[in-house]
Amino acid sequence: VSKPGTTKPVDLSLRGEEILFPALPYRMQDRVRRAVDDVELMEAVEEATLLKDLGRRRIFADDFGSQYEKLRQLAGRIKQHTLDHLAHYLDQFIDRATEAGVQVHFAGDGEQANAICLEIAQRHSCRTCVKSKSMVTEETHLLPVLQAAGIETFETDLGEFILQIDGDAPSHIVTPMIHKDRRAVARAFERELGARYTEDPEQLTRIARGFLRSKYQEADLGITGANFLVADSGSLVLCTNEGNGRFCTTAPPVHIAFAGIEKLVPTAEHLGVLLKLLARSSTAQPLTIYTQILTGPRRAEEHDGPEEMHIILVDNGRSTILADPQFREALRCIRCGACLNTCPVYRKISGHSYGAVYSGPIGAVITPLLRGLGNYKDLPFASSLCGACYQACPVKIDLPRLLVRLRHRMVTSGKSGLIEKQVFRAYTASMARTWTYRLAGWFQRRFLRWRAGGDGFVHKAPGPMRGWTDVRDLPAPAPRSFRKWWKRHHR
Amino acid sequence: MKVSLFVTCLTDTFYPRVGQAVVRILEHLGCSVDFPRGQTCCGQPMFNTGYHAEAAALARRMVRVFEKSEHVVTPSGSCCAMIHDYYGELLGDDPRYADRAQRLISKSHEFIQFLVHTLKVDLRELGCRWPNDGSTAPTTYHYSCHLRGIGVSDEAVQLLQQIEGVEYIPLERMDQCCGFGGTFAVKYPEISGAMVEDKVARIAESGARVVVCNDGGCAMNIHGACNRRGVNVQVRHLAEIIAEGLGLMEPLTAEGEVKR
Repeated sequence: VSKPGTTKPVDLSLRGEEILFPALPYRMQDRVRRAVDDVELMEAVEEATLLKDLGRRRIFADDFGSQYEKLRQLAGRIKQHTLDHLAHYLDQFIDRATEAGVQVHFAGDGEQANAICLEIAQRHSCRTCVKSKSMVTEETHLLPVLQAAGIETFETDLGEFILQIDGDAPSHIVTPMIHKDRRAVARAFERELGARYTEDPEQLTRIARGFLRSKYQEADLGITGANFLVADSGSLVLCTNEGNGRFCTTAPPVHIAFAGIEKLVPTAEHLGVLLKLLARSSTAQPLTIYTQILTGPRRAEEHDGPEEMHIILVDNGRSTILADPQFREALRCIRCGACLNTCPVYRKISGHSYGAVYSGPIGAVITPLLRGLGNYKDLPFASSLCGACYQACPVKIDLPRLLVRLRHRMVTSGKSGLIEKQVFRAYTASMARTWTYRLAGWFQRRFLRWRAGGDGFVHKAPGPMRGWTDVRDLPAPAPRSFRKWWKRHHR
Repeated sequence: MKVSLFVTCLTDTFYPRVGQAVVRILEHLGCSVDFPRGQTCCGQPMFNTGYHAEAAALARRMVRVFEKSEHVVTPSGSCCAMIHDYYGELLGDDPRYADRAQRLISKSHEFIQFLVHTLKVDLRELGCRWPNDGSTAPTTYHYSCHLRGIGVSDEAVQLLQQIEGVEYIPLERMDQCCGFGGTFAVKYPEISGAMVEDKVARIAESGARVVVCNDGGCAMNIHGACNRRGVNVQVRHLAEIIAEGLGLMEPLTAEGEVKR
């Protein structure tokens, strides 16, 4: 197979590190520009997200029809109730999980979580770790910590594995390598694994599988995330489609799970509702192929499973969101990625433009909350507030409303521009009286009609309107306003 | 039925013909229409940019201006959504305005919503025919985003399909945002530009000569982008088409418009 010389290599100038952990405060402009100019990237992301979004809509329409709205309302209420009584459910979970033989830890921040994990690994002299996909470990930045301590760690989710060997970073909550095409994968496999160059997805999967099989056998530590924690049984729920989560939790003698504290649900009955929604929302499946409910480590009569099971409950900024009634509902998120797939902005700029672990609409909300609004000033504004995300969210997080609240917080905490503030004050003042409104309208009409070309459009507008005419024309106002017509012709 | 028109600031300045069409249709259907002269802007641009105190001042003004109205009808989905989705939150803590805001919310309607759900209009029964020379006009429809918030789905498509002479062509990605988003269009021209480019490409592909868009902001965005890219289509509000189809308004005759 020959290598196509015309394809554009992935941008390796940004190593995985900087992609998700850029210098702060983060300005998204450069990456946005690069993303919208990268036609191949945009087409790949667009195609994949459109397909997923369509799949999601179809499966909900087919399976639930008009009941879907009620279902997601219920799911939203379940998650909200759990958050409203989180201390109670956390206590219950810790008690039940401990009874089942799990060692439960609590980490206030990412660093603590990593330290707890490392301590356990070192206590068992672990050398090789297999890891299934987990966003919270991206958030705590776990991998570099393990690698630095000499614990060789392998991502086993195919997408994450590819990103790992290519020094890249996930750009989507569920489909981490949505921004990569198979040519990039082929090159990485050839370079890093010494494999023969092939672009055939099946062959590529085979190569990865062969490589990872041996690692599962060697591994003395398995690390996973958690999709849900069930409070009344102390169970950990994992959803994967490749079965890699199962390997990570059965073969190695030690299993450590990282779980955000918001992952709780009260009972198995509630879990059922959320599982129905998670798989359909993220991958348009009725259920994820491997849905594991793990309650405690291996019991005496069982053949497989770890001898020791640890769950690290990670806060890392979540309790601040929990304590904030304006934003608490953001913690309902079950990380299905539906809001990313449906978002017209995400489709254009892709995940790395958000400069953080979580991208898309939910990322634009929680990243500033988790990592500081001053550090991510651009994110709340990088949305047209179209509301597609709210409509797609299976737990009914009102994302546009939360984005607007963040914008409001920018203004009230003095993080917005001084000029902008004056402009909006003047704008409001002109709208506050009928005569100033009419006067402003008169000026606007005169000015824009004077600037307009013969086609009735302004091609180049000055000042703050320049952004508009950079990419499209501006229709000029009509010669006379509606209110003038009303006055003359109607009454 | 007594109806107050909330024309919105954009329609007042940029698309006065839409306001005229709305007035004529409502009167044709037997409503008595008034236009409270004190109306200005609903406060959405300020609110969406985070200036909530400023937006609240304008929201209070809106409440006062339409206090005596029985029904408030607006040809803009997004201004209607501003009232429906956010006035409660904005004025909820103001003891003098909280209840009055709720009253405004419950009596405000987007124009198409009002036609279909309140007046239960069937354009076939009314003999709506457009254009008037018997030819058909390939027409597509952009679903503007804020209709989602107020629970409007395919009402405009239903109405379009009831108009004789309109050859309705569904638009690919009909409900994908056109990239307007108010200040977003100016703050993020790269993203907004890529989004509207997508919309224009779908419109061009559709072969339609007319794009129906029932929101002033989206119309300006789509119209401006079509013009920049040389895609020759009319961008019209459904009210204009209905008014022309019912013979309540002279059809447009400017160059580049549909021949009649």
